[in-house]
Amino acid sequence: MQRALLAGLWISIPCAILGVFLVLRRDAMIGHGLAHVTFGGVALGLILYVSPIFVTLGVVVLSALGILKLKEKAGLYGDTAIGIISSLGMALGILLVSLAGSFNVDLFGYLFGNVLAIDPGEVWVSFLLAIGVLVTTILFYQEFFFLTFDPESARTSGVRVQRLEALMAVLTAVTIVLGMKVVGILMVSSLLVIPAAASLQVARSFKEALVFAAVLAGGSTTGGLILAYYLDWPPSGTIVTFSGILFLLLFLFRKLRVRASIRKQ
Amino acid sequence: MGNNVLISVENVSFGYGETTILKEVSFTIAVADFLALTGPNGSGKTTLIRIILGLLRPSQGRIFLLGEEIDQFQQWNRIGYVPQKATNVDPYFPASVREIVAMGLLSKKPFPRFLVRQDEELIDGALRRVGMQDMKKRRIGELSGGQQQRVFIARAIVNGPDVLFLDEPTAGVDAETQTRFYEMLSELNQKENLTIVLITHDFSIFSKHVNKVACLNQRLFFHGTHDEFCSSPVVQDLLKGEHHLVCHRH
Repeated sequence: MQRALLAGLWISIPCAILGVFLVLRRDAMIGHGLAHVTFGGVALGLILYVSPIFVTLGVVVLSALGILKLKEKAGLYGDTAIGIISSLGMALGILLVSLAGSFNVDLFGYLFGNVLAIDPGEVWVSFLLAIGVLVTTILFYQEFFFLTFDPESARTSGVRVQRLEALMAVLTAVTIVLGMKVVGILMVSSLLVIPAAASLQVARSFKEALVFAAVLAGGSTTGGLILAYYLDWPPSGTIVTFSGILFLLLFLFRKLRVRASIRKQ
Repeated sequence: MGNNVLISVENVSFGYGETTILKEVSFTIAVADFLALTGPNGSGKTTLIRIILGLLRPSQGRIFLLGEEIDQFQQWNRIGYVPQKATNVDPYFPASVREIVAMGLLSKKPFPRFLVRQDEELIDGALRRVGMQDMKKRRIGELSGGQQQRVFIARAIVNGPDVLFLDEPTAGVDAETQTRFYEMLSELNQKENLTIVLITHDFSIFSKHVNKVACLNQRLFFHGTHDEFCSSPVVQDLLKGEHHLVCHRH
């Protein structure tokens, strides 16, 4: 349980922080799309008898960069490029599963996640990757913020927009692969989207949004895992549901606050 | 290129597929010019500004910004830019006024571009110059269009740039706010020698504030001083009823 809690926290917090940038850039669907690609990556890792986390990492990073290139070179809208790459990733997974036909149980664990079964090696890999994502985000914070708010003006301030977008795509890919172990492929995008969306209900500045998202992600993971442990519920579903409830509460809080301020006027 | 030339546009053409947007446009902008770039809708004004700033690549021609060819240009801290529809801000975007103005400081900071205490003074100074010092902690989406415009001007001038580009900055803003806004620009132009390039459809500001006018309609069909603009037969024919409004200084 302790191992699951630690891994859950340091995976969900970078996911939520990066999620704030993605949600505000209206790029939240990239998380969902890349999650589909992880299915192909995991299947490839299992068929090759190589650690699925590393194979998936490679496949998903390449796919994230592929989405950017497809947008740029083919002149496609972002959601179209995401749709193409995610479908191809899923198709690859289905083909490999069908060809191998023998690792359905392992794959089930990746689809639905089981952070309670995480092993010490995976905990360390997750820790190092999560630290990498956090440090990179802190170092590029100002550029990411400018890029999120106003990409055109960012370019006229000397910000290298294309490189930063590629960096953000790579970070997203890494967080998706990390999150896959906590809540599974099917729900991993929730770690990026829900705490970020919940924090935006109450944040008054960008820094506040990042801090609130991190706190909410930590709270959801801790609360969800404790509930799952004592009630014997599936951890992934419990974490995401807990997170969804927090979003709902903050949404209602914002509505009440707006109503109160209108009444005061 | 003369010593006081800040921007040089040389024979620039641009198009999408077979549609021509700009054709063989050439002109220069000098230090402390307050240039109004005008023309009908779809005449290529925004495209020209985006080409000058390196956001679009021309199909033909060259741009020199502060003496450097745009492809090699690095002195972004000397440029301020307020894009078209800058004030179409998502009302729920969680950014404070302070954070927005701080973005303008990035261009002169080395990696990792963290803000330091002196930056706070620059932010305060820029907000003071546009009369928004009391709004520093407010969320940008809570402000009116006119107030947001002032914040974006503060972001554009926080580095003390040499040139400020504004793309239709008063679209959708009430007349009183517009008047105050142009007075503020005039003050920056006259007291601080700030060169201003302003895209506008609003002829009424010509007589009071700008000293140069450029008229564009794919080709540049006029570029000169305000007085030359008013005596030009081409312009008189174009403006007809509006000539009095545009050409009589008050």
